[in-house]
Parts: sequence; C-alpha cells; structure tokens
Amino acid sequence: MNTMDRRGFLKVAGVGGALLLTYPGSGALAAAAGAGKGFSFVQFADTHVGYANPPVNPDASASLQKGVDWVNAMTPQPDFVVFTGDLTHTTDDPQERRRRLTEFKRIAGGLKPKAVYFLPGEHDAGLDWGEAYKEILGKTHYMFQHKGVHFLVIDNVSDPAASVGEAQLAWIAAELARIPKADPLVVLTHRPLFDLYPEWDWATKDADKVLALLEPHTNVTVLYGHIHQEHHHQSGHIGQHAGMSTAYLLPAPGSVPKKAPVPWDAAAPYKGMGLRIVQDDVAKPTPEFTEKPLAGM
Amino acid sequence: MRRPTVSGCAAALPRLTLLAALAVWLLSVSALPVPAQAQAGGEEAGVQVIRVTAEKFEFKPEKIVLTKGKPVVLELISLDRVHGFRCPGLGIRVDVAPNKVTRVPLTPDKAGSFPFVCDVFCGDGHDEMSGVIEVKE
Repeated sequence: MNTMDRRGFLKVAGVGGALLLTYPGSGALAAAAGAGKGFSFVQFADTHVGYANPPVNPDASASLQKGVDWVNAMTPQPDFVVFTGDLTHTTDDPQERRRRLTEFKRIAGGLKPKAVYFLPGEHDAGLDWGEAYKEILGKTHYMFQHKGVHFLVIDNVSDPAASVGEAQLAWIAAELARIPKADPLVVLTHRPLFDLYPEWDWATKDADKVLALLEPHTNVTVLYGHIHQEHHHQSGHIGQHAGMSTAYLLPAPGSVPKKAPVPWDAAAPYKGMGLRIVQDDVAKPTPEFTEKPLAGM
Repeated sequence: MRRPTVSGCAAALPRLTLLAALAVWLLSVSALPVPAQAQAGGEEAGVQVIRVTAEKFEFKPEKIVLTKGKPVVLELISLDRVHGFRCPGLGIRVDVAPNKVTRVPLTPDKAGSFPFVCDVFCGDGHDEMSGVIEVKE
C-alpha cells in the first residue's frame, strides 16, 4: 500500500467541485473492516491556484477558500478529502510552479479533516513530469484503504501525452491482484478513463488498458476532474463521474466550436461551480451524487 | 614541385581522414531539419501538400479545407516544442516535433467538420490549441 505520509496530509477543502461520497455500510462493505460505519469524503476538482483571468473568475483562490470554509462547517465532518488534480494553474516558470503548489498546500492545510489525498493534473505536472509536484506533495500514484474501501490513485498526466504508461500499468495490476474482486474500489484520477471528447483532449490515451485491469472487479467507481463540470458515464459496470471545478466552468463537450472557459456571470456568480454530495445505498454499492452549488455556500 | 597544402587544423590531418570528415559533414547537412518556413505546401505528383505549423498555442492554418475523395498530404512541423495533432474524426494522431516534418497522407472519405487538437500538454493556452478540417463534397 502506498499511503501519503501523515505529515503530508493536508486538511482538504474544495471549492466549487467538491464531492461528498457517503458509504453507509452496504452489503458489499458488510464483509469489510469498518462495515456498518458509513463514511463520507469530499472531492475537490480543478482548483487552479494561480489562475488569473478576472473575466472568468475574479479570484480563483477565494473560490477555493470558500469551499474550504464550507467543508469546515460540515456536520458531521467528512472522514477525509481528495483533490483530483489541477490543484494549480500551469506556468512555464519552475519556481512559480513550486510557489503555486506551496500556496495550494497552505490553503488546503486550513481544512479541518485530518487526512487529505492529492493527485496531479496536467497543469501541476505536465511540464516537468511531476518533478515539482513530487517535491511538494509527494507521490503521484498510490493506493490507500479506508474502512474496507480501496482507493486507487492513478496518474494520467505526468506524461504530457496523457498516458498512464506501462510501468504504472504494471504497478496497478500488481495492486489489484491483492484485492478481492467483490471489494468496493474507488479510482481517483484526473482525466476521464474513456474517450469523453478527444477533440478537446478529454481522454486518456491508454485508458482501455486501465479499464481492462479494472474490469474483473465488480464494484468500481471512478472519480475524476479535468472537464470542469459534472458528468456521468458508464464504461460497462464501471461508473465514471467528473466533478465541478472550483476555479471556472468549461462548456459541455462539443457544444461550442472552440473550447474556452465560460465567462463569469455577475448575475449568477459561481455559475457551474459547486460541490457534489454522493451517498451510497445499502442495496446498491454504487454511490449517489447530489450537486451543491458553490453559490449557495 | 611544391606539394599542395591545406591550412589550419586540417593541415595536420591525413588526406584520407579529411575526406572522411568531409563525407560525414555532407551527410549531416543533408539530414538537417527542414526550415519551418520552407516548403509551405505545394503539390507532389498531383497530390496537394498542405503545410501545418504548430507553435504555442496555435496551429496555422487553424482551418484546413479538403475535398472528399481527393488525396492530400499534411506536412506537420513544430516551431518550438513537441506538440500533438489529433483529429479523431479522421483517425489522425501524430506527434509534431521541432526540426522534423511529419507527413500524413490523407484521403477523406466523408464530408463534414472534423476538429483537431494538440494532445501533448504544452502549457498555459494548451487547452485552446485546436483547429478544424472541413471536408467538402
């Protein structure tokens, strides 16, 4: 198991795209450790610290803080928080990249939950193969368990060509070989593990190889970011669910000729940004999601 | 009779070595990259050649107009760093590197509008580095 160093856990928060996932102790969990004690966690997607484009978001960092404050006010508190990449906005300057990652870490450190898990987006890691990310936030792919649920964190961005790569695929295969096929498994990653809309680079090149490894597992949920909006897709029995960004909204896939952030709407601040609460059902191991607009927080 | 001489460092080289060095130099020159501004399209054996350049964060041209059933060759070259060229609707996916021309023969078999995108992350602005191939009947 690859678990982040405890000292590396920041308290999580999420702006607009936080996702609260609740496991009430389903049948699938009944045989697992911690069964009967459902839990929740929050997912933040695409916080883009350092993003400076007032026509799109007057202050993206303030948006993240808004989400952090909301999570800190949750009752009960989530067990932990995950950030599914693009924690920072990209920069060609290696020092500025490190400054932004450090600033993100500082803001996320204001979260009350004790455990926070991170993974990179291409904005964090795509220009240096994750070098700065690993210096400041640790491993880009790892695995952890929580109350009987397995969490597999996959890096599909450090390769700027958006491949998971053979080395990581071999590692995934080895990790999955240790897990009973019926155990609940949540995959956390940045890009979709399917061709959502490759015309906008919304894909992972070797996603089919990842899905082939996941296919024998009967209870798999993929949570990702990258596309800055809520989206749900079924890859066979595997559900893939994108969360909203806290920084800015992107248009629906293929809805406009050229992909570009949706301008800030002064009449509807934080439009398209918000949290998503997901609850499991005892009869269905698949989590259920409820959107929580950031504007209402 | 005075023997012909060569000057500088070459003077110290045996004639055979000098000839070999000259041959290596000529080979390296012939393998030099094609200047980006050169060969801006044209026609080869009746096939239209279309030069497409990639540079942070745009393709030129952004719009490529083709005719259904008419073969063309896309010549792709980067002016700065490695980019990608992916046009899912026409089944094209290649890396676009600096100092190297990547040729993509293409005979579109359907009319329509087919977006293409840079699929190698290249920095701020990458998300908007895209274009479209329009195929007419």
